Amino acid sequence: MAPETSVMTGNEAAATAARLARVQVIAAYPITPQSPVVEQLAAWVESGELPAEFVAVESEHSAMTVCIGAATVGARTFTATSANGLAYMFEQVWWAPGARLPIVMCIANRAMAAPWNVLNDQQDSMSVRDAGWVQLYCRNNQEILDTTVQAYLIAEKLHLPVMVCYDGFLLSHTMMPVSVPDAEQIDGFLPPFTDPWTIVDPGDPRNIGPVTLADPRNDTEGVAAPGYMEIRALHHRALLEALAVIPAVDSAYHDAVGRSWGGLVWEHLLEDADVVLVAAGSLAMQLTLTAEALREEGIKVGVLGIRAYRPFPIEALRERLVGRSVALVFDKALSYGYEGPICSDLRGCLLGVEGAPPVFGAVCGLGGRDVSLEQLADAARGAVADAAAGMRTRETDWINLHLEG
Amino acid sequence: MHEIRWHGRGGQGAVTSAKVLADAAFRSGFAGVTSQPSFGAERRGAPITASTRLADEPLRVLSQVSEPDIIVVLDESLLDVANATAGMKAGGTVIVNSPKAPSEFALRDDLRVVTSDVIGAAEAANLIVGGQPMVSTAILGAFARATGLVTMESVEAAIAHAFHGSAAAKNIEAARIAFDCTRA
Repeated sequence: MAPETSVMTGNEAAATAARLARVQVIAAYPITPQSPVVEQLAAWVESGELPAEFVAVESEHSAMTVCIGAATVGARTFTATSANGLAYMFEQVWWAPGARLPIVMCIANRAMAAPWNVLNDQQDSMSVRDAGWVQLYCRNNQEILDTTVQAYLIAEKLHLPVMVCYDGFLLSHTMMPVSVPDAEQIDGFLPPFTDPWTIVDPGDPRNIGPVTLADPRNDTEGVAAPGYMEIRALHHRALLEALAVIPAVDSAYHDAVGRSWGGLVWEHLLEDADVVLVAAGSLAMQLTLTAEALREEGIKVGVLGIRAYRPFPIEALRERLVGRSVALVFDKALSYGYEGPICSDLRGCLLGVEGAPPVFGAVCGLGGRDVSLEQLADAARGAVADAAAGMRTRETDWINLHLEG
Repeated sequence: MHEIRWHGRGGQGAVTSAKVLADAAFRSGFAGVTSQPSFGAERRGAPITASTRLADEPLRVLSQVSEPDIIVVLDESLLDVANATAGMKAGGTVIVNSPKAPSEFALRDDLRVVTSDVIGAAEAANLIVGGQPMVSTAILGAFARATGLVTMESVEAAIAHAFHGSAAAKNIEAARIAFDCTRA
């Protein structure tokens, strides 16, 4: 069978990817806007199209716990959630990477309550960026499908869980054409997961997840075993290794399926750009239109899209930003009392680098607030003017905010 | 690019209409199609909107449609209640589910009004669910006739993809009847 293109939502694209990856255990609890992902998977399990175990659980905490248990014995696992569901899962969100389990979780990005709001921003996944998962952000539904499949290969190569993040409603509920690879293409790209260290064998009993004290010490068999800090250093090293593995997997996917997404970062009209607009997710895709419109006004604008937010692609960002006049970062999240997370990270990675541009931050789209192309263009024009006036730093710009009246 | 905004009441199936149209438009040759509901909590009977864009290139804009070329009104009371024509581009097309003639609607002079008795079409095809004639797919026949942007073949293929068996057949029949009774 050849690949077929169908018009589908982002949630359908995520579910289709999980099916193509031949996941064996799915555990999930419904939450808007993620629910249609696991509804679709449940329907395929019910019809027999997807020979997997679907475990209906009573909470997101339990959903991740089931994935942890299943991944520990070597199953390929999948879950998906959003916002408060992710928050409710928080304890196990840390356990999965600490235990080095290759779980893939889709996040249909949604605003955190309170106040209640089911609409899009990226505060949920940004709030768990430090937990030790690989985090990938998608710009359209095709990228959701392709990235979710790629996530399994990344996860299984590095023994790290991967979060595939996509904007709730804007992608999760918007239909667009998606080319669905055929099963053979994906089977060639993603072989079955067979890792001897994660298979529980009664003939070779192991103590999984024992208390690990501060210092290295001998285990029960007298073999020197790492302490907590060594285990964490190895975990961190695996995340850094992902900086090479993510592009390599994207490239292998291109060989198998014919599409790739830039690996760690992607760019649009960047080569000769003075002004660089930076964002992650569908907003970055919309920024490509802003860049094109501003070029018609004679402003040399390009877009730098962040696909991998963790690990943070320091070198890829530095080499694309040195020599520019200004970088303007659009965050759909905020570290309350400071600024947008991507903005902080980008400024930090450019600090002290010769020829680095000033980095300005803008916060937008919180709780589903619409961001028009004109507002994005206005923000870019403002950053250009401020940089031309010699500003090296400035307060975060809030786009389309109406506090007065 | 063609920007389309749907106006319906919660439960009428405007979101289904928008989805099936996106599929039909892709089948009719548009490389770029998006359809999205207005985001938020819907209630049965409340005015709702949905947005569809059709283009020759893949689409990169995800905002709701605010300056439509075409609006499709599943309940004619929404022309007043929801100010459905707000923001419409000059020369735009208003497709209304109504047994009335287009001339009976007093809208902006620069808009073209097309009507189709979609409820009648659904009833004629016996497309009744829970005692209510279903208009969500039948309206696509009126859309195909009024705009020429999608072919009836692609509308029928998209309906057959979204529904199965006798449900698909009834929905296709209703769309055909609505196509035939569309008046400009």
